[in-house]
Parts: sequence; structure tokens; C-alpha cells
Amino acid sequence: MRWLLVAVIVLATTGGQVLQAAGMRRHGEVHVTRPGALRKMLAWIVRNEFIIASVACMAVSFFAFMSLLSFAELSFAVPATAASLVLQTVLAKYALKERVSWKRWTGALLVACGVVMLAL
Amino acid sequence: MRTLPAASARLLLKTRLFALLVILTNVSGNFFLSWGLRRIGRLVTLSPAAYIQALFDPWVALGVSLLIVWLLSQMALLSWADLSYVLPVTSAGYVLTALAGRLFLNEQISPARWLGILFIMAGVILAGATHPDTAPGAGRTGR
Repeated sequence: MRWLLVAVIVLATTGGQVLQAAGMRRHGEVHVTRPGALRKMLAWIVRNEFIIASVACMAVSFFAFMSLLSFAELSFAVPATAASLVLQTVLAKYALKERVSWKRWTGALLVACGVVMLAL
Repeated sequence: MRTLPAASARLLLKTRLFALLVILTNVSGNFFLSWGLRRIGRLVTLSPAAYIQALFDPWVALGVSLLIVWLLSQMALLSWADLSYVLPVTSAGYVLTALAGRLFLNEQISPARWLGILFIMAGVILAGATHPDTAPGAGRTGR
């Protein structure tokens, strides 16, 4: 049961984050110090298809995560769901067309290895 | 780098502040959520009623509120910073989560876990040294 929940969390988190990044890139930089910037962002995100799809994925991920946390240790639950990190970096390069330099690849891999060690 | 140096420094500061906010709200949100849920007991069901009932637990409610702030601050951050930058950098939260688990939930940190913490910190520092914004596309300086 716990690994089924982990699989659901990984896939839903990956989809959610990539859609969120794609949506927010379309929004453009949020100027947080400008008055009303956050209100404008909120008004925009509730109507954007990418963000709506992203929130749906993240809701699935969140409720699966709640289930997992209700019987698994926090220090199992959090690291086990980190497999999504590498998957998301791959999608950042090919779907979001980010320039993923060797520093970022190495950084993402180090973090993923570290997170697996945390789960041991 | 396509931005002016002053604009670039401002962007970097803003990026670091938001990354910190994302990390802190995520760690504290997950912590309170976990604290509340473990008081409630096993919750494996597709029925929404049990989840909605769980939301009335004050610790669960606090955790969920912090996670809403986390979601919004991450959205703001992703409006100007790359996903492949934000992901490894905000992974510093895993380290804080492990430490919080040890301090407040009496979870153990084995030598392997300490090594994991070192790996994560190295990854955060390495990815954090890159420029946050490389994605193509219009609207990056938009409203």
C-alpha cells in the first residue's frame, strides 16, 4: 500500500509541478513589491488552464500524501516521494526548454541520492 | 545574461528570499500536517468525508494553511525562475524536515541519513550557483 501511494504521489507531483512552471512562465515575472501584484496573480491563476490542471494534480498528490503520512513516518514519506525530482528535471529540459547545465544535473542527482539515503 | 547587472542582482535577491519562504512554509506545513494526522490515526480511504473531517483538527488546519502559502509562493517563484533551478535549491527543505523529525518527533537519524543530508546540501549549493532564469519565451519581464 505504501509504495502504491508513493507511485501516485511521484506521478501527480511531477505533472503538477511541470504544469505549474509552464503556467507561471506564461504569466511572466510576478512583481511582488508592486501593490496588487498578488491579487492580480490570484485572479490570473484561477483562470489559467495550466494552473488549474496543475492544482488538480497537486490535489491528488496531496491527498495521497495525507494517506501516507497517516501511517508512515515523516522521514519515510518525504524522501520516498523525491523520485519525482529527476523526472521533473528531465521534463524541465525537454518540455519547458530550460538550459539545464551540468551544475544543475549534478545538483539534482546529488539531492536525489541524498534523499534516498535519508529514506534508508 | 540578458538582464542589466542591477536588475540581475535584484532578481537574485528576490529569488533567494522566495526560495527561503518556499522552504520554510513547506517544512513547517508538512510538519504540522504530519503531527495532526498521526494524532488522528490511519487514513486510507477514497471517501472525502474522512479527509474533510481531518481538516478540522487544528494542527492539520495549520499545516494545510502553511501549505497554501507554500503553493502560492512557489507559483510566484516559478514565474521568473526555472523549475530545474527551483527544485534542487528548495530541496534544502528535506534536510530541515529530517532535523525537525529528529527534534520534535523523536525520529532517528542514522549515519546513512547524515550522509544523505551532506549530499543534499552539496546539490543545493551546486544548483544554487547557476543563474535562476534560462528558459526561453516571451513574458518573462511581463506583468
